Amino acid sequence: MSTNFQFDLVTETPALRELRAEVRGFLMDEINAGTFSPNGGEKRGFNKEFSRRVGARGWIGMAWPKKYGGGDRSHMERYVVTEEMRAYGAPTRGHFTADRQSGPVLIRFAQEHVKQKILPGIISGDLTFCIGLSEPNSGSDVFAASTRATKTDGGWLINGTKIWTSNAHESDYCIALIRTSPATPENRRHGLSQFLVPLKTTKGIDIRPIINLTGSHEFNEVVYDDAFLPDDHLIGEKDMAWRQATAELAFERSGPERWLETFSVLNALVRVSGKNPDDRVAEGIGREIAHMATLRRMSLSVAGMLEAGKLPNDESAIVKDVGTNYEQALPNRVRLLAPSVASPERANDVDFEEVLKFNTLIAPKLTIQGGTREILRGIIARGLGLR
Amino acid sequence: MSDSDDNIIRETATKIFGDLCEPRLINDAEQGIWPTELWDTLEESGLTLTWVPDNMGGAGAEMADGFTVLKVAGKFAAPVPVAETMFAGLLLARAGIKSPLGPMTVAPTHPAARITIGADGTLQGSARDIPFARQAKHIAVLARRDNQPVIALVDRAACHVTEKNGISGEARDTVSFNNIKPLAVANAPAGHDEDGICAIGATIRCLQMAGAMQKILDQSVQYAQERVQFGRPIGKFQAVQHNLAQLAGEVAAAGVAADAAAHALTLAGPDNEDTIAVIATGKIRVGEAATTGSLIAHQAHGAMGFTYEHSLHQATRRLWSWREEFGNESLWSIRLGRIVAARGADELWPFLSS
Repeated sequence: MSTNFQFDLVTETPALRELRAEVRGFLMDEINAGTFSPNGGEKRGFNKEFSRRVGARGWIGMAWPKKYGGGDRSHMERYVVTEEMRAYGAPTRGHFTADRQSGPVLIRFAQEHVKQKILPGIISGDLTFCIGLSEPNSGSDVFAASTRATKTDGGWLINGTKIWTSNAHESDYCIALIRTSPATPENRRHGLSQFLVPLKTTKGIDIRPIINLTGSHEFNEVVYDDAFLPDDHLIGEKDMAWRQATAELAFERSGPERWLETFSVLNALVRVSGKNPDDRVAEGIGREIAHMATLRRMSLSVAGMLEAGKLPNDESAIVKDVGTNYEQALPNRVRLLAPSVASPERANDVDFEEVLKFNTLIAPKLTIQGGTREILRGIIARGLGLR
Repeated sequence: MSDSDDNIIRETATKIFGDLCEPRLINDAEQGIWPTELWDTLEESGLTLTWVPDNMGGAGAEMADGFTVLKVAGKFAAPVPVAETMFAGLLLARAGIKSPLGPMTVAPTHPAARITIGADGTLQGSARDIPFARQAKHIAVLARRDNQPVIALVDRAACHVTEKNGISGEARDTVSFNNIKPLAVANAPAGHDEDGICAIGATIRCLQMAGAMQKILDQSVQYAQERVQFGRPIGKFQAVQHNLAQLAGEVAAAGVAADAAAHALTLAGPDNEDTIAVIATGKIRVGEAATTGSLIAHQAHGAMGFTYEHSLHQATRRLWSWREEFGNESLWSIRLGRIVAARGADELWPFLSS
């Protein structure tokens, strides 16, 4: 326990700045070609062709070992690529989950022949992954999962329901948390295992859409009815998923996606306000920039620690808590700054209003997905020694 | 600066303040009792002239070392002008003027203030909110001679001082410099005009606030573990835990923003626009953290933290003083907003990621 969380300042090396320029150039070309709009909207999500072009650049699995086709590059390099993609709202949904989470889980815990088979497809941008954690009766209480695997000849039979599975309908694989044993009185997190689930080829899996309040289809309910998975699709040690899952959390919580999600609305405000805004708008812009710039430095600091081989779990929880609360508040702060700049007589208003609408609609999810604000604050409180 | 240098400086400062800067002494200082032993020890250790080169009588340490001292001083709510003396020493050294011993301060502290030096070599003008003016032996004054910025070393005893205390209980006096002949005058280095002074001062306040923020988190966590209500420490209640988790986030943000401002100021002068932007970011974000964080700390302490006897106010009142000085969050936000707007929306992300 400590109240002294570590956030050392990190500055980018010239090589990282060069990589950043390269990624930015690539994204500008894609924007100019009409692949996506930096203002967000429908084209922001899933685009397999785009993912393949990113893969061809070597920017998926870039920090993974060469022997699996990875780039053996540093975590900081991956950070730079992720940040540029997020800042411009690139359609990374086809590869991002695999790049951030699923691939690293496979590299650490899967059997060798499974890695050889799957990882190259992730790296090329061909394979899309999703994560099966939540269930109807197990959300934040993730280790209460009851979807179960029953041993059968040569494998496992899966039964139960996962819910809120983002992107399952577009994914080739899911890494799902499945109960293989009951919890023990000593450890309620015991008894869950990670499985690799081929979604498109496994019989007995039904993927049903859940439309979210923006009108989009991202969520799914995934129902398993005697779905058969071969033995080698158990990832890592049986019943020990709780220990495997925690290692990835620092990566999952501290990235640029935890504070850049509504950045387009700030960019739109700066655009519509022009080069010489009045004091009120200038003050508002300055204040938001100060938040954004500081979050970025915090996030970069955690990336630096990850690069150095540390596991800054508490610091990552802080980045996600401060970051998601901020990105959630931003659209409303921009809304209240806008009246004097976004009058109906002005040009650009349509763009601005669309961006504001989009970001206002997605704001509620930001402090829920990937660990709610309440869960994160509990983690931070534990780090402080209060729990 | 290497890590080990940083540790030595931090340990030295922490030892001195830890031994000699008790809460009781801080309250006494507010009542006008000068903490002689604390000041003398700081001065003998060289910390008060951290930023003055060896050949000018100082410690000759790096900028980063001085920022470390400021953070520790802020953490201990040091009721002496250690920050102001370091600041004055820095300005004097950069102008080529040797620093005298004894407490010093800096004037002016507002960017719009103007102090001039006439043809007869005497100063005209006054400056308000000068920290520790009545305790200082000398003042480093930024004045204008033929409209060119100069740094003047002034004997405080020659000045007319109107005493006023700030919200921290520390001296924030008004000083009149009319008709005073400085002990020394030299051209200010490039960028060290009223705005430049304000930028350096803002950075110094950021570091002090970052230190004080860490202090109120430590105090709040400790209090929540000790104070028992409803049969258990209040820190066991989720509502309290979540408030303190939020405070930890604000402390982290303040620390990072302050460090970035300090780092920027070691790389370029206070008139460089990129440096100004990072300093502005620091003063805005640290100031906001101070506002949010101080109230969470008080909430955790209940009525006890609202007493004069409890030391929490020694940090929180200083935070409220420092967030306002050398430009508050609004002033710096306008400035930063103008910088960003002038560069345009297409340059926004390149600016943030530079």
